[in-house]
Amino acid sequence: MNGRRLKAMIIKEGWQVLRDPSALLVAFILPPILLFFFSLGVNLDVKDVKLGLVLESDGPYARDLAAAFAGTPYLQVHPARNRKAFEHGLVNADVQVIAVIPKDFDERMNDPHRAVQIQVITNGSEPNSANFTAAYVQGTFSRWLAEASGPEGASPPLELQPRFWFNPELESRQVVVPGAIAIVMTIIGTLLTAMVIAREWERGTMEALMSTPATNAEIILSKLLPYFILGMCAISGCTLIATTLFGVPLRGDISTLLLVGAVFLFPALGQGMLISTLAPNQFVAAQIGVMSAFLPALLLSGFVFEIRSMPEPVQWITAIIPARYFVASLQTVFLAGDLWEDLIPNLLALFSLGTVLFSLTFFTSRRTLD
Amino acid sequence: MNPAIELESVGKHFDDTIALQNIEASIYQGTLTGLVGPDGAGKTTLMRIMAALMKPTTGRASVAGFDVSAHMVAIHELIGYMPQRFGLYEDLSVKQNLDLYADLRGLTGRVRQETFARLLAFTKLEAFTRRLSGALSGGMKQKLGLACALMARPKVLLLDEPSVGVDPVSRQELWQMVQELTSEGMAVVWSTAYLDEAERCEDVLVLDHGQLLYTGPPKNLTQRLDGRSYLAVEIAGDRRRLLTAALDLDCVRDGVIQGAAVRLVLAEHAETEALEKLLLQYGAHLQAVAPRFEDAFIDMLGGGPGGYSEVAERMPPITDSRNIMVECRHLTKRFGDFTATDDVSFTVGKGEIFGLLGPNGAGKSTTFKMLCGLLKPSSGSAQVVGLDLRIAGADAKRQLGYMAQKFSLFGLMTVQQNLAFFSGVYGLKGRERQQRIREMVEVFELTPYLSQSPDVLPLGFKQRLALACALMHRPKVLFLDEPTSGVDPQTRREFWTHITGLVSKGVTIMVTTHFMDEAEYCDRVALVNQSQLIALDTPDALKASVAGPELENPTMEDAFIRLVEAQNARLAEDAA
Repeated sequence: MNGRRLKAMIIKEGWQVLRDPSALLVAFILPPILLFFFSLGVNLDVKDVKLGLVLESDGPYARDLAAAFAGTPYLQVHPARNRKAFEHGLVNADVQVIAVIPKDFDERMNDPHRAVQIQVITNGSEPNSANFTAAYVQGTFSRWLAEASGPEGASPPLELQPRFWFNPELESRQVVVPGAIAIVMTIIGTLLTAMVIAREWERGTMEALMSTPATNAEIILSKLLPYFILGMCAISGCTLIATTLFGVPLRGDISTLLLVGAVFLFPALGQGMLISTLAPNQFVAAQIGVMSAFLPALLLSGFVFEIRSMPEPVQWITAIIPARYFVASLQTVFLAGDLWEDLIPNLLALFSLGTVLFSLTFFTSRRTLD
Repeated sequence: MNPAIELESVGKHFDDTIALQNIEASIYQGTLTGLVGPDGAGKTTLMRIMAALMKPTTGRASVAGFDVSAHMVAIHELIGYMPQRFGLYEDLSVKQNLDLYADLRGLTGRVRQETFARLLAFTKLEAFTRRLSGALSGGMKQKLGLACALMARPKVLLLDEPSVGVDPVSRQELWQMVQELTSEGMAVVWSTAYLDEAERCEDVLVLDHGQLLYTGPPKNLTQRLDGRSYLAVEIAGDRRRLLTAALDLDCVRDGVIQGAAVRLVLAEHAETEALEKLLLQYGAHLQAVAPRFEDAFIDMLGGGPGGYSEVAERMPPITDSRNIMVECRHLTKRFGDFTATDDVSFTVGKGEIFGLLGPNGAGKSTTFKMLCGLLKPSSGSAQVVGLDLRIAGADAKRQLGYMAQKFSLFGLMTVQQNLAFFSGVYGLKGRERQQRIREMVEVFELTPYLSQSPDVLPLGFKQRLALACALMHRPKVLFLDEPTSGVDPQTRREFWTHITGLVSKGVTIMVTTHFMDEAEYCDRVALVNQSQLIALDTPDALKASVAGPELENPTMEDAFIRLVEAQNARLAEDAA
């Protein structure tokens, strides 16, 4: 390793970054766009569920229940007399759930020996929202039933007062945005370096470089620093957008966040660099980069699907996905604070992955034209 | 004296192809050694082995005593290498590229400053240090490449086809620079497909199909041809027809057009009866001339191709009553405040080969592009087949064929798909389209390659395919933009066989080129320099115009360089 050669190549790489609009585009324009998509697109809250309420009965209990549904902030009630009115509605997503208050509702209410029933119909083709909405409707019904049974039915012995830690308003955006930053940075980090070595081969500059005393390690390291700086800029930009536009709190220290980001860039840039040495040209490099970074990060990082509920073999696979540790770390720093006992294992995992990726890059990069 | 480079039965295999076989040669300090051979002969592979970028499969290669397989780092410390493709960073300025290579070579302090000053003066790049190297002309790029390679202050300098795409003026400058370096004691290896360059080297290695055919001074090889090179002069009638007929004779090994004359190389101990009869028909006679290295080279590779062109034979004669096929009047093109083509006027007759020559960046490409409708003139007019390109662009374009530099074929499509695509682009339909494609496949013998990508074709077939794509719609005017840049002499001869055949059918040819041999094929040549048309005449008249007591038999290259330099001097005087 020769300091002067390394410095000269870092300067060269820096100039190329400044002259090449695509690197700046990837670092400064792409992150906010992607962040907006992921944060606004992935919304786990269900508000204003459209409920098609079929009132087959006109009794006072039935009407009281209907009023209870109408009074719930989560539900937007569209009443009808006949369930036929909503058959198409459910298909067209005009309503998300149908509740039927049957003809004999009041009779059953008055007869202590018969169970009181309502029918809840949801769209099973969207199981997630089906579950949510059915639960909302059932919850509202149970609460109403408890009140309506009033004096006869014993009042509930204890009252539940739920407390949601870290995200008191249960706003999913606060969890989603830090996760989204992790996904975005995985794509950006990989994409930044995926093309750099492929570009040298494609433009024929590698051949000239290889005939000089410059070593492999110098060539690889010289590409790391400029893109590391760009990556840190992207992370800072994302953080700024998250805290100002999306109102996500940053409970940890900003320096902790930057440290986490810096450690994460190590495997992310390494992954890109490895792709770059293996791909025959920039186009293939960019494609492999996006695919290999984005898909595992989205599916296996715990951002969308909880890792603990995955089948065990899949859980093992997530162990080698850098985004997994970054999602967890970012959520910790943003929502909980500087919990080092949580952060340190994640940072160590990221660092080890980075070491592995860079070693692979070093051993796969060619020193001859054979 | 110990050789700088020693090659001991060097062989190189890639999977199942043999790139080099049993190469045995020595290259010495202070000597300019030419590495000569047709495309695909193995020149680049041998260069890369000498640059310690590849290991020989068999045998042993050493540079300054270091084995290339074992001591790569040591070799990289003492060589300068310029790859065939421009290997510098186009998005960096000239200065930034130089700085990078100076640092990579560990140049510091006084030595660095001295080296910079010397190289900038040497390459005449001082005025352009801030310019992005991507914006340099072809010649200047090569000079910058050379300067970066020289940062190593190398003992051995390896230049892989440094003169491809470089105009004669820059080529001469590069050449002088390299000769200066060898006189300082450097060993320089210069690979080339240009045989006039090979002739000027002290030593040559002639490669063909991975084998070393000859090694030694070029004149020893040329001497073998003594008494076999002739010029057929005072030809009454069409010299191209004479050449075509002569090439089909057994006693003729090779032939090219040279201005108004035809240069012929006879077979060893040839029976010349048939040739004499042919010459008699044209009232011509033979004049003995000194053999050139190119004559010997072609002879060694088994002679040039025949003169018969099937594609031309099948083409119906052009029926067009017009005598003038291309005409431009006061043609001018401005980009911002830069005038790329300045008030150029000329006409080209039917069945004429018209050459457009000029240094890199002189404006000939711009002129050319306006004539084939790829650029709109700022003022003046350009007519092709009587149609104004500004008004009847699409109609005029259907009358012309265009073969771009580097062939411009689609690598992701097969040969068959390329043919289908270009026939469609030129508006061929239905049965006619199928029939023309079939015809092209037949005459150019493309059948075995139909399902392959053009990228993997041998160069000669790539060239045939490109020509087929430009000819399928039977254009009246054919535009050729540096059609044989980087192409070896044999493939080039085959190409010109087709072109001369087409001309005899009345096709008009417009061609740009850096090959002075190719300019000799033209009926008339327009020389463009600094955006202006500075000379327009037959090749012989242009040569004669620069002749003088100190230069009795100027070559086309002499004419080119003198005319361009005279104009540059005039303009410099005007500016001062």
